[in-house]
Parts: sequence; C-alpha cells; structure tokens
Amino acid sequence: MEKNVALIALFAALIAALGLIPKLTLGFGVPITAQTLGVMLCGTVLGSKRGTLSVLLFLLLVAIGLPLLSGGRGGLGVFATPSAGFLLGWPFAALVTGLIVEKWRGGSLAVVAGVASVIGGIVVMYAFGVAGMSVALDKSLVEAAVLVTAFIPGDLVKAVIAGMLTAALFKARPASVLSRYAT
Amino acid sequence: MISLTSPVKTRAHRWPAGVKLAGLCAATVGLFFIESLAVHAGILCVIAAVYASAGPLFFKTGLRQLRLIWVFIAIVALWHIWTGDVATGGTVILRLISALALANLVTMTTRLTDMIDVVRVLTAPLKRLGLNPAALEMAIALVIRLTPVLAQKGGNLTQAWRARSPRRPKWQILLPFTVLALDDADHVAEALRARGGFTPMKED
Repeated sequence: MEKNVALIALFAALIAALGLIPKLTLGFGVPITAQTLGVMLCGTVLGSKRGTLSVLLFLLLVAIGLPLLSGGRGGLGVFATPSAGFLLGWPFAALVTGLIVEKWRGGSLAVVAGVASVIGGIVVMYAFGVAGMSVALDKSLVEAAVLVTAFIPGDLVKAVIAGMLTAALFKARPASVLSRYAT
Repeated sequence: MISLTSPVKTRAHRWPAGVKLAGLCAATVGLFFIESLAVHAGILCVIAAVYASAGPLFFKTGLRQLRLIWVFIAIVALWHIWTGDVATGGTVILRLISALALANLVTMTTRLTDMIDVVRVLTAPLKRLGLNPAALEMAIALVIRLTPVLAQKGGNLTQAWRARSPRRPKWQILLPFTVLALDDADHVAEALRARGGFTPMKED
C-alpha cells in the first residue's frame, strides 16, 4: 500500500519534473515536451491501474491550480483550451499502455513497451486530442487531425525512448517495474 | 511551489470554491450553445470588465494567461479568412477566449486549500470503491513536495553531464533520472510505513 502510494505520487511528480527540465532537445526542430514521455512511462512501468491513477493525480493537481504542465501552465484554464482533449486522453493512454505491457508477456520488454507506448501514448492520446480539438475549434475530425501531424514524429521518438527506458529500468530495479513484477 | 491563485485579493476569494466550480461548469457548457457573434462579444466584454474591476495587476495577469491559445486563434483566424466564413470564425475565437478566461478567473480567485477541500468532498463517495482518503491527501502532498526534489536531481545530473562532455545532455540522462526517482519512491514508502502507514492499527 505505502509503496503503491509512493510510486503513484512519484510518477506524478516525474511527469511534472519532465516539464521543468529544459534543454531536452531531441534534434529536428519541432519543440517537444517530455511530459507525454512521463505518461507513457506511467503505463509501461507502473502498469494499467497504478499508471492511470498516477496520471489522474497529476491532472488533479493541475486542475486545482498548480502550474505543473510544461511552460508553467496549470489551473482550470488548460482544460478549456483546444488541446484539452489531449490532457483528458492522458489517463486512457496510460491505461492502454499499461494493459498491453501487462498482457503481452512474450518478446523483449523494450519492444513490447515501445509498441505499447505507440498504441497507448500516440493512437489513444491523439484520438482524444483530435476529438477535443474538433469540438473546440468547430472543425471536422480530419481537419483537426491535420493540425497535429507535426507532433507525431516527436512522439514516436518518445515511444522508442519509453521502450528502452522501461527495459533498462527492469534490469536496474526489477521490483519497481510493477507492470511486470507485481501481481 | 507557487500556485496560480492571484495575490490580489478580490471579493470572489471568499466565495465558496464549490459554487464557483459549479458555476464555471454551467457557464462553459452554456458557451457552446450560443451561436451569435454579438452575444459572444458581449460576454467577453463583461468578463473583461470583471477582470478590470479587480485592478490593473489582476487584469494584466489574466491577459498573460491567454497566451496559451494564441496559436489556435491564429490558425482559426487564417482558416476562416481563407474560407470567407468570418462570422463563424469570430464566434469560435471569442468562445475560446471566454471559456479560458472564465476558467482562469476561478483558478485565480480560489486558494489551493479551498480547492483541496472540494476534492475531499467530491472524492468522499469513492471511499466505498476502496479509495483511502488519507492516501489521496498524502499523495497530493507528496507530489507537491517531490516535484522540486526531482527537478533539482535532474538539474544535478545535467550539471554532472556538462562537467564531463562538451555536448548538451541528451535522452540518456533519463535513465539515471528515473532510477533515482524509483529509489526515492522506495525511501518514501519506507518512511510512510515507519510512521504507521495508511492502515490504522486496530484498537482492542
């Protein structure tokens, strides 16, 4: 119980810290925040249930007025912006990512976690994000999808990193990678 | 950690947080049912007047918070100038600004402690589903405390990298960073257990 609470709180703090660390440049121009990497890691490391709780805890803190999103954003206002759909998609992204890592036991963890991050952290998250944008901007789903394609390469890089990090963490601290270790 | 509550005291600071949040929900939903450009312009003027009534500093802070959506405003504006449907574009843009400004108004006039009280009330029914309220409150406090700790550790790792390499730190730094975080979680868990944990001892 205590370990679960500590890990859930810590990963919420990790998402916040990933938004604070500057200079995490990954090459090719498009600015990317590392925070969605944190969401992927919540799923791949903590598993579906705890990963989702961790992301929900983070969003709760943002909603009650802490500036934890990258660039010091926070408060209820961020849920009223056109990109709010992405934020609402975060817990579902962590859920799906975690479920895949938990159920798919064959193969190397790096590949499994990477693919899970692509499906959960990109497909699921963009589904929510594009839907939210299409409502807020009064555009069709296709038109809204076109607006966000520039960010997909960056997110693919993050998914690859999430896969490799998860495998490395499983080597370094197997007992903390709950998606594989815990029951 | 700084919260986004405005240090400029307004009358709204004393209103109950739950009422403000419920009002915000209703108002935001309402904004999506209004299609008239003139009504939206009127609403935005009223909101601007409310901000202005709390003084110039409050107004300026509120204006700065709107920077979140200037990209979207630019995209929508260009799009509708292109398609020639300027009235719809105006409605969408004004609605975006009003929704964001209203939400910021609630955040700026509500203290963090009042918000946490609302969270406590709203999550009380979840007790039946097995949510431990003490654990939730501890988790909130832990995140607020641990975020600067983790940021500091990330900063230390970046400095150590710079001392060894002329190049900028890249993603490899994330592994020691997350390992440090996992170890922190272990220490926090031990500390929580040592202080009695979340399962109260039974009294006989």
